[in-house]
Amino acid sequence: MKRLLIVGMMIAALLAGPAQAVEPVKIGMITTLSTKAGYLGEEIRDGFQLAIDQEGGKLGGVPVKLLVDDDGRKPEKAKQIAERYIKRDGVKIMTGIVFSNVAIAVVPKVVQQEVIYVSANAGPSLLAGKGCHKNYFNVAYQNDNLDEVVGKYVTDAGFKNVYLLAPNYPAGKDHLGGFKRYYTGAIAGEVYTKLGQSDYAAEIAALRAAKPDAVFFFLPGGMGINFLKQYAQAGLNQTTPVFGPAFSFDERLLQAVKDAAIGVKNGSQWSHDLDNPANRQFVAAFKTAFGRTPTLYASQGYDAARLLGSALKQVGGDVSNLDALRAAIRKADFATVRGKFSFSANQHPVQDIYIREVVKDADGNYTNKTLKAVFTDHSNVYVEHCKMD
Amino acid sequence: MIRRYRMSSIQFNWYNPMLLFIEQLLNGLQLGITLFLLSAGLTLVFGIMQVINLAHGSFYMIGAYVGATVTARTGSFILGILAALPAAALAGMIVEVLVLRRLYQKDHLDQVLATFGMIMFFNELTRIIWGRQPLFMDVPPWLTGSIELIPGVPYPSYRIAVIAAGILVGGFLYLLFTRTRIGMQIRAGASNREMAGALGVNIRLLYTLVFGLGTLLAGLAGVMAGPILAVEAGMGESILILTFVVIVIGGIGSIRGALAGALLVGLVDTLGRAFLPIVLRLFLSAAYADGIAASMASMSVYILMATILVCRPRGLLPAHG
Repeated sequence: MKRLLIVGMMIAALLAGPAQAVEPVKIGMITTLSTKAGYLGEEIRDGFQLAIDQEGGKLGGVPVKLLVDDDGRKPEKAKQIAERYIKRDGVKIMTGIVFSNVAIAVVPKVVQQEVIYVSANAGPSLLAGKGCHKNYFNVAYQNDNLDEVVGKYVTDAGFKNVYLLAPNYPAGKDHLGGFKRYYTGAIAGEVYTKLGQSDYAAEIAALRAAKPDAVFFFLPGGMGINFLKQYAQAGLNQTTPVFGPAFSFDERLLQAVKDAAIGVKNGSQWSHDLDNPANRQFVAAFKTAFGRTPTLYASQGYDAARLLGSALKQVGGDVSNLDALRAAIRKADFATVRGKFSFSANQHPVQDIYIREVVKDADGNYTNKTLKAVFTDHSNVYVEHCKMD
Repeated sequence: MIRRYRMSSIQFNWYNPMLLFIEQLLNGLQLGITLFLLSAGLTLVFGIMQVINLAHGSFYMIGAYVGATVTARTGSFILGILAALPAAALAGMIVEVLVLRRLYQKDHLDQVLATFGMIMFFNELTRIIWGRQPLFMDVPPWLTGSIELIPGVPYPSYRIAVIAAGILVGGFLYLLFTRTRIGMQIRAGASNREMAGALGVNIRLLYTLVFGLGTLLAGLAGVMAGPILAVEAGMGESILILTFVVIVIGGIGSIRGALAGALLVGLVDTLGRAFLPIVLRLFLSAAYADGIAASMASMSVYILMATILVCRPRGLLPAHG
């Protein structure tokens, strides 16, 4: 009896197989879900998944299957996942990497194997300039963009003596470099701290002694929380305003900083209060689905999915012809939550970039309020270094 | 003379380099005290039980998480501390009974592997219980603002409270070890565990208590760091490395050594970060000096450790003889 049941199930399985007429297009997402930075990957994944769910398992009318794996913030592990996606699953489209060092290790390898990679976060200068590739697209930003906008804003606002602070590693220097590209005033001090440093008392005392009229810092994750809390405890937030890229001010980190972040102005290519139909729809749907305000990372995941959807629709779900797929992606013919979006020659965003202010809203939540667009149709400086074949 | 300042009214003459130096000394002292609370427990466990406990930072994290949660629920920082201490001690004693008891007879490599595994276990456990988002914890209202202990040097009250708490704990440990029966038993167990056992001391219970005391101190350091730092999974690892430097410098197993080592490391680290750029700028161009100073400041405590180990291989104040 039991055996009969099993045989019956096997036959049923065989019959069910061909019923699935179209094989769904596989999209391989490599992202960071563990470690303390895991919430970044969570946001990107949830934004991407939301776009798929809204179409009932499709993107651009084409059935898709999203494969997700956690790189644990480790380049080696991300490389293994990429290999597996390509060799075992036959994935032709990848996305999701959070960190630039992971992207630099993985992206050049996969794009050479005839795989399209659409970055939903990391935008290192290498992949925008000398290392650009026809199979690599970035739908988020070039890393320097969010610092450039602050540099421009701080200069326009009349600050003339700014103190700079970043961790002592390549990305720290890149971010300060982005700020300095558009900032024209004097530099009161330029300090590189230990990566992962927790106590900033010594730096804050030295900062106060230097008497700057503003502070610009890039300290991602917990380092930024530590710095902002200690800066406020030293009473400096009352006298010397703080600026930075959006990374230390997303809606999830703000819950750990609260009042110490209020009034900080930060640069971002997106905010949940941008007034366009696509964004209003996205923010409402995200809140319903996940019960929280989306961060910029979620918006990038969502835009990545919708961009791919627009391209899949144009090629009718056929990912075997990469030339056609690339051309379709390059058109960027999708309703972005940023209002408008196009690709530059090195396939990075051309978009408006905003200055936001951290506020406490009527419900007592800590969030960002968009002040103004400082750049319109902003591209990146690495276009000229990019020689695409 | 103690005056309370409102945050916004802090105005002083920072051109006086002497006052800046005093403030940086206080910063170094405060870092040193936090390191002492962590290293006192670690050095006890290492010296008495011969166990390398890499998971010590996890109890620091548990203290901070429990403290932050209870403070948020009740609104009282004191209740937060009162909850964090037994939580860290209890977690420590459970770990000792369930895991470490099986490792006393094994060599150090097994202990390192097992306790390293526990770091991952506790990090993931906090993510499961509290989520991936860092927790919020603020300075209690009665400790906000600054106090001017030395005229011209207003210093955040909370950091002064941390220093005071550290000094109290140091005094308590001194009395515990020199004046009480249990302190005597702990010292006896450290000198010769078989002999102490033969004389009727319950070594198993003693080890559990020592381990619990060590993790309690780590939990205290964690909950006191909560208002200053991000309360997040993995917060213990960044400070754990410095803690190991402290116990190596101070002499493994020695509480007095841990105190000396912690203060030394705290001061060298802070003063290095604060004044190396200024000193190097006397000889080099500003941009070049800042770059080198950043690297040298990161190395300073390790250079200190190497120097001390060359001069005194067993540390500054070794435990036995």
